Amino acid sequence: MIVTAHFPVLVIVISMLSAFTILIAGRWNKKTCLPISIATISVQLFMAFFILNQVFTRGTIHYRLGGWAPPWGIEYVIDAFNAYVLVIVLFICLLTAIYAKRSIEREQPHRIVPFYVVFQLLITGLCGITVTGDIFNLYVFLEIASLAAYALIAVAGGRALKASYNYVIMGSIGACFYLLGAGFLYAVTGSLNMADLSHLLPPLYESKVVQAAFVFFVVGLSIKMALFPLHIWQPDAYTYAPSVVTVIIAAAMSKVSIYAFIRVFFSVFTTDFIRIYVPIATAISWIAAIAIIVGSVIAIMQSNLKRMLAYSSVSQVGYIVLGVGLYSTQWGLHGALIHILNHAITKGCLFIVAGAIIYRCGLWNIRDFEGLGKKMPYTCAAFTLAALSMIGIPPSVGFITKLCLLAASLEATEYVFVAVILASTLLNLVYFWRVIERMYFVRGEGEEENEIKMGEAPVSMVLPALILASLCIIVGILWLAGAKTPLLPVVDQAVNALLGTGVVAAP
Amino acid sequence: MMEWLIAEIFAKYNYWVSIVLMLIGFYAMIAKGNLIKKVIGLNIFQTAIFLFFISLADIRGGTEPIVSEEIIHMGYVYVNPLPHVLILTAIVVAVATTAVALALVIRMYEEYGTIEEEEIIEKEREMGL
Repeated sequence: MIVTAHFPVLVIVISMLSAFTILIAGRWNKKTCLPISIATISVQLFMAFFILNQVFTRGTIHYRLGGWAPPWGIEYVIDAFNAYVLVIVLFICLLTAIYAKRSIEREQPHRIVPFYVVFQLLITGLCGITVTGDIFNLYVFLEIASLAAYALIAVAGGRALKASYNYVIMGSIGACFYLLGAGFLYAVTGSLNMADLSHLLPPLYESKVVQAAFVFFVVGLSIKMALFPLHIWQPDAYTYAPSVVTVIIAAAMSKVSIYAFIRVFFSVFTTDFIRIYVPIATAISWIAAIAIIVGSVIAIMQSNLKRMLAYSSVSQVGYIVLGVGLYSTQWGLHGALIHILNHAITKGCLFIVAGAIIYRCGLWNIRDFEGLGKKMPYTCAAFTLAALSMIGIPPSVGFITKLCLLAASLEATEYVFVAVILASTLLNLVYFWRVIERMYFVRGEGEEENEIKMGEAPVSMVLPALILASLCIIVGILWLAGAKTPLLPVVDQAVNALLGTGVVAAP
Repeated sequence: MMEWLIAEIFAKYNYWVSIVLMLIGFYAMIAKGNLIKKVIGLNIFQTAIFLFFISLADIRGGTEPIVSEEIIHMGYVYVNPLPHVLILTAIVVAVATTAVALALVIRMYEEYGTIEEEEIIEKEREMGL
């Protein structure tokens, strides 16, 4: 099959082509934008599943762009981890595109065509980051995705402009640090290919240049993924962006930045480097622990739902990084990788619900949510399920990640982290319960029970939320029931590939 | 000590220049309140990194990297073309970033009538929320 061999590059190219197609078709008729976008993302998602299946059965895919051999040409390398993230990201993108229809018609009726064009460019960047095996190529895609995100956030106007500007400045600092790190590595090795670097670097681990490069990578990507204390751009950006944009940058884009972080951490540098030369694992675990607590505490103080969820994201990024910091334990990286899935689907769902409430009732302040449970039963049900998953109530996917992280902390005998995870679960409970209580149990003054009428958001907005919410539970139940889902083997394979343990499939 | 330091600085002056430029840009991005000045700082920062890459590629006495049989036979050395290619791409990225940032500044000027960060924050506070 000649076409399937080119899927790694096609998954990026068709997204970019569709951006320009939308631009042209949109001039003719605005209504063509959405179908083109959804069709493209569906094809991409199909490709992603195909790639995942191929990686899973036949091992890592190496694709030479333009036929140039690796150290000189750009190589796309897809192992289980890439494919896993690619599927998650495209799945979220598909649901976001469906959700976007009504949301963007209401919030930005004059900018429908530009929205879809930039949206597709954002997806191009996200897919590019995920499949590439070249650190400079990753920089370029990182900037494509970031530039698209800056523009999409600014679409909302008003306060979003300031938020977007801050993101431009912070994000560019992050990207420049990343570029500088890549430059340092190129200076000492003469290579930019990740696999090649991981072979060339070990004799140079003592070099200060390599160690400085590593620090630049870590700091740069930490800004991009909004790891505490480099998260200051994030709450404003999430709060003031249009609802759709918040969904995609919170659920998909932050995951891809984390992917890049983990990839550089383990595939360019190796566990030997982190263990012996720059013993950073303990430090980032502690930073992550602080992020978890601080994010949750600030989230409790928020009255704006989107802002609360934004700070909750700060703490959730902390969970993933905590898993990375505990990589040496059996379950640490498992926890991190499953939490990437968990956070993508739950936070995606929660932001979709926040957008749907704004769409239907124009409410963003949690205090005004009285009786919403009656008014928008499906939306609120989705919110509740996702919130349960975020808290980590047993049959949800959130429970699995907390279990993994707890096991990892216990194995590392870091009881402080155990306490942090438990405390943060309580804090999560507090700030989500506040919302759920308002929705279901608090009745506004002078309001009669039968006065509240059903006023559900449109199907295209509720459906994605319900799909994601049910996924939170279904994945969790299947896991706990010990069903043979492909999730565990995929995560296993990804972890093994990252740590360089177990059987790494031959190229 | 002093002599060693001076010798060290002069031996690798290209790196020092780009580090100094980088810090100037970084300072401007963080400390300046004027939004345009922040963008200028960003540009200085990015340019410093470009200079770092380009000076990395240079070889003293190297020719332009157009390789032919003749040049190889004559034993010429040529500069490394790859960083130039990378930086061409990075310049495009930098231009795009600058364009987005400036567009945002224009929109903010229309919205708030100022490009001073503190005045914008004050106006936001007046507007409530």
